[in-house]
Amino acid sequence: MPMLELQDVHAYYGNIHALKGISLTVEEGEIVTLIGANGAGKTTTLRTISGLLKPRQGKVYLEGEDLDQYKAHEIVYKGVAMVPEGRGIFAKLTVAENLDMGAYSRRDKKGIAEDLERVFELFPRLKERRNQVAGTLSGGEQQMLATARALMARPRLLLMDEPSMGLAPVLVEDVFDRIMEINHEGTTILLVEQNAHMALQVAHRGYVLQTGEIVLGDTADGLRQNPMVQKAYLGME
Amino acid sequence: METQARFNWRDNFRLGLLAAVVALSLCAIGVVGTFAQRDIIGGVVSLGHVFLFGAALGGGYLAAHRDADGGTGRALLGGAFIGFLSSLPLVVLALVAEPFHLRQFLPNVSPELLEMLTLGQGQMPGLLILVAVVTVLGLVGVGMARLPSHVRRPLLTGLGVVFLIGLLSETIALAWGSHGLGLRIRRFMFASKGLSIPGVLVVFAAATGLNVWWNTQGSRVRQRVAALPPRRQQVLRWGGIALGILILLILPFLLRRYLSEVIVNVGLYILMGLGLNIVVGFAGLLDLGYVAFFAIGAYTMALLTPSEYGVANLSFWTALPFCVLAAVLAGIFLGVPVLRMRGDYLAIVTLGFGEIVRILVLSDFLAPLIGGAQGILKIPNASIGGLEIVHPEHLYYLVLAGCLLAFFVSWRLRDARLGRQWMAMREDEDVAEAMGINLVRTKLLAFAIGAAFSGMSGAIFAAKLSSVFPHSFSLMVSINVLCLIIVGGIGSLPGVVVGALALVGLPELLREFAEYRLLMYGALLILMMLARPEGFWPSEVRKRELHTESAPTGGGSPIGSA
Repeated sequence: MPMLELQDVHAYYGNIHALKGISLTVEEGEIVTLIGANGAGKTTTLRTISGLLKPRQGKVYLEGEDLDQYKAHEIVYKGVAMVPEGRGIFAKLTVAENLDMGAYSRRDKKGIAEDLERVFELFPRLKERRNQVAGTLSGGEQQMLATARALMARPRLLLMDEPSMGLAPVLVEDVFDRIMEINHEGTTILLVEQNAHMALQVAHRGYVLQTGEIVLGDTADGLRQNPMVQKAYLGME
Repeated sequence: METQARFNWRDNFRLGLLAAVVALSLCAIGVVGTFAQRDIIGGVVSLGHVFLFGAALGGGYLAAHRDADGGTGRALLGGAFIGFLSSLPLVVLALVAEPFHLRQFLPNVSPELLEMLTLGQGQMPGLLILVAVVTVLGLVGVGMARLPSHVRRPLLTGLGVVFLIGLLSETIALAWGSHGLGLRIRRFMFASKGLSIPGVLVVFAAATGLNVWWNTQGSRVRQRVAALPPRRQQVLRWGGIALGILILLILPFLLRRYLSEVIVNVGLYILMGLGLNIVVGFAGLLDLGYVAFFAIGAYTMALLTPSEYGVANLSFWTALPFCVLAAVLAGIFLGVPVLRMRGDYLAIVTLGFGEIVRILVLSDFLAPLIGGAQGILKIPNASIGGLEIVHPEHLYYLVLAGCLLAFFVSWRLRDARLGRQWMAMREDEDVAEAMGINLVRTKLLAFAIGAAFSGMSGAIFAAKLSSVFPHSFSLMVSINVLCLIIVGGIGSLPGVVVGALALVGLPELLREFAEYRLLMYGALLILMMLARPEGFWPSEVRKRELHTESAPTGGGSPIGSA
């Protein structure tokens, strides 16, 4: 049974038909990436999975269970955590308080303390700045914080929305290194990226979205070899 | 170098003009005249003088403050210039007032005001003295800014305390009683109005001395306390809390009847403020119709007790839980339709809700049930074991119990999971939901708990007056409560107390202020936003937010080492 499965999902913003029948699967332990241009529906797909947007048609299954019956805050308890686009962090709270909020869905104090140590190992910069107000962190540090905060929920499936957006190239590599590390520790990841080049380097498999539809799905290597992907997303002739 | 040393005419001219406009308009709207009756130092300085001359003092201070690295000579020249400039319109006012019958247009330009301007010395010599005095005050303002801070701070503290005690001398003098030692102290310290000269000296010396002592020895005391073993520190802290509670308990005996009445009013506002603080401060939901819950609590009390329109025969104590419950239900009732609203829209809808409740209780339609504009009379007072709680000294304990309960509940909730939920929701609703927070439940709980405190306040209010009238529940109450939260420091619990004392207690003691209440609110809010946007006693989060540039709370570095 796949970790996550979307079957023919249609979603709307008002009258705008944003997702026109998305079907995809994510297996346990994988990194799967969704690539596509602006407005292709990548973020909408993530919002639909996390319950912030309800599909008008089609189903989202998490380990075979229909997620339609759950609200957004309940899906967090099912083990799905999201790293929002644009690093939605609590800008006025400190780093430590943000991480605290990430563990909101849990009650095991000991486990939370362990995970705090773990994310501080993963992101030592955050440990240095644990008492700093999050809004004053640099862009890369805010991305780290958003990721770390999602990990504090000890998710089985991590949804990441454009983690490289607005970061300096040297930081982008660092972020993707961390993504691989998180995956090695056993977290399944669905990664939405415009930076197809980097995303296909770390992912096992990928899907290409165009105007609300999936036009291609293959292994990451397969996509990298695909002439259409090379031309449209990797900038190769 | 040449341009550096040049006298900055433009800035000084602007400041002088500003000071002149402030002084002149304070005269014209009658502030100076009205407050001339309130002596701070008996027969010498009144609050009117402070308003009249404050502008020149402030102008000089600001000028010297802005031009901090200029030479002292230049700064003094600037101060004198500003003072002189700001005195000229006052002189003109005094000269033209009578020949041109200015009083027809400006009713506040009274002979008393003119006498004040000429300092009671006759026109020509008086006005010359006025110009001299204001010019000197501009210089004094400069001097204040230029004094080293270890001199300036005690000096300003001393002056501030003299000002406050002089301002409230009427009430403070009363507390000493009218016989024995108390009377002797009172006669020594206070004139018939304001502080006496020896009183001023004693107060100034005490305040300055204490400030100097704390500046030089304070850090040592704090270090000593910090060096104590944790158990001792805890004992010290609990001792402090116990002392505070003891003072709260004996307060009515110190304050006597009139001041107890004032404190009871303040307490009712604190109770409401603590409730609104949960809604606005913790959860970030701007509610402008908060008075509705106060009204619902009061009317529920009126209806459940054997009053004119009473439908049940409950005592105060049995009715109280129902009042709170009614307010909670109203809170949820308001909360459900506004669940999806944010910011401005929420404010407008809640504003409408408050008005709907007020108009309903005022309407003829409901008049047969709840009295309409006539209100409801004959609500029984609260009583404990046969003792009727009528006097403010006794009501005080009722209000105190309510406030302590609300304070405790707010304090515990703030640090509980629910408090975290509110905080996260306030910062970002979407992210909060993505963290697993149930927004519906969190919002409704904020509205419900906030309404509960207000309902309790309303119930006590009804029993206190033994009557309720629709006009007690105007929009102004909601605005008052919101203002006191903002002035105290949004989201801060002690801030609510400070804000209520400043915005409800002070105007009560200074009755003349009532006329200028809205002006004072406006001025105070603008000043607060400019000088101290986080409020008098801000919460930790607000303090951090508004002072990140000036004092970064970086990587665990010791704060305040500088």
